[in-house]
Amino acid sequence: MTLTSGAHPVPPRADEGEFSVRIEHVVKQFTADGPIVLEDVSLDVRPGEFVSLVGASGCGKSTLLNLIARLDTQTSGTIETVGAPTLMFQEAALFPWLTAGRNVELALRFSNVPRSERKTRAQELLALVHLERSYDQRPHELSGGMRQRVAIARALAQGRSILLMDEPFAALDAITRDFLHEELTRIWLETGMTIIFVTHNVREAVRLSQRVLLMSSRPGRIINEWNIGGHEPWRLDSPDVANLASEITDELRREIIRHAN
Amino acid sequence: MQTDEKPPSEVRASDLSQLEAGLDALETGGRQGPSVKTLFARALSPLIAIGVIIVIWQIIFYLQLQPDYVIPGPRQVWDALANQAEQQILWQSTLNSIRRAAQGFIIAVIIATPIGLALGLNSKLRAVFGPILTGLQVLPSVAWVPAAIIWFGLSDATIYTVILLGAVPSIANGLIAGMDQIPPIYLRVGQILGAKGLPRAWRIVLPASWPGYLAGLEQGWAFAWRSLMAAELIAVSPALGPGLGQMLDTGRTLGDMALVLGSIGMIMAVGILVERVVFSPLRQRTLRNRGLIR
Repeated sequence: MTLTSGAHPVPPRADEGEFSVRIEHVVKQFTADGPIVLEDVSLDVRPGEFVSLVGASGCGKSTLLNLIARLDTQTSGTIETVGAPTLMFQEAALFPWLTAGRNVELALRFSNVPRSERKTRAQELLALVHLERSYDQRPHELSGGMRQRVAIARALAQGRSILLMDEPFAALDAITRDFLHEELTRIWLETGMTIIFVTHNVREAVRLSQRVLLMSSRPGRIINEWNIGGHEPWRLDSPDVANLASEITDELRREIIRHAN
Repeated sequence: MQTDEKPPSEVRASDLSQLEAGLDALETGGRQGPSVKTLFARALSPLIAIGVIIVIWQIIFYLQLQPDYVIPGPRQVWDALANQAEQQILWQSTLNSIRRAAQGFIIAVIIATPIGLALGLNSKLRAVFGPILTGLQVLPSVAWVPAAIIWFGLSDATIYTVILLGAVPSIANGLIAGMDQIPPIYLRVGQILGAKGLPRAWRIVLPASWPGYLAGLEQGWAFAWRSLMAAELIAVSPALGPGLGQMLDTGRTLGDMALVLGSIGMIMAVGILVERVVFSPLRQRTLRNRGLIR
């Protein structure tokens, strides 16, 4: 794991063809005669890239993450990843029988980190999300935002280079979410991880990512793509964010209206 | 994290670490466990019920609805127990019974846990063996006493057989029920963390199913205790040594109603004591740790 506490250079811009996640012609049907959830989805994600998938309900964006995380298997097509990914959910899903610190330590244990290093490592990871003082607290003693930060620390503990996030901030209040955006950007820059971020919040996607992909619903397909580039997080009140977000939102609305008939 | 104090006018809204500290402080804290006084009251409150029962009992005794040898008063029952205590029988019987039940219970846990895990994790195994387990749980284990006596004679093996047949199905079924109630997201997280096989069972499945497992353990203990009493009551032999069931049987043989009631009281008292001292604190601790009660 390449986690440095100091300033990290911007994620290296990969050469064309180099990928962290490569999805080719993926189709997903849950039953043989059921609806097509994902239809011919192809996507390359470069190492260190931050990509968001936006779409309305039923566009299969969570399904796609599950496929990348190998929690499920596609009906056809191929998914390659360089190294195994880790996945975060809308709920932190910390184990309630363990303290915050022990939750992180369990992830270290399953990643074969020697026992003697686990406690120190867990403390470092909690410090990275500014929760070093919550080591001995139980999940129910933490707020929703703090729990989600522990979940980030737990994901980082696995030392994976790909982080999949399934609407991780959807259940949080606006000010906490705003703050976690800045935290996530900081951690992304420090670790150089590849992040695939699923959300139905267009402004969130525009603000965080280098590339935004819009998915259609039933069947789920990637219908448009916006390259934002840049690594400097935008403030939510920036006019550029607002303009691009409204452009994407318009297209998302058109896609939703299509289903009205 | 910055901790240096700043006058409010100098606090910048964009100061992230301060914002974070403020959010964390506002959204947590102000929660604590029950006070010592509450705990004390909780432990003593069952005594009120016991007091009420003794008073009503005493009133019935005074009314002389039935002769003394049919309904003895609290005093006579106390004397009968005191008499047993003087002959060293009371404590020997009680401790002997508790020891047997505890040993049987521990063996039952060791046998039932792998059975429960296997059936909870493997739906095919469960389809085959689940109904038998439920059948065994429904069958009163006293029904096994005659069979056990024929197999093992009047020996400890008979008594432990009956305890195990009473406790194992309850514990295993409790664990299976607890596993059924694990929120699926915990298992998905386990999969993401790369948990497999025994470490997965030990670190994720067992602790996640612990509330149901604990309920099964508690019921298993109750079944172990009542199975033991049934076995001791039926399998009476000097070779087996004293026990509360044997004491009860002595009361029946002698037509000593005070000793019969005293023995029943002791059997109940042990049951209440174990619940209060072992299972109730465990249950409270589990619920508090998981934020299910304050």
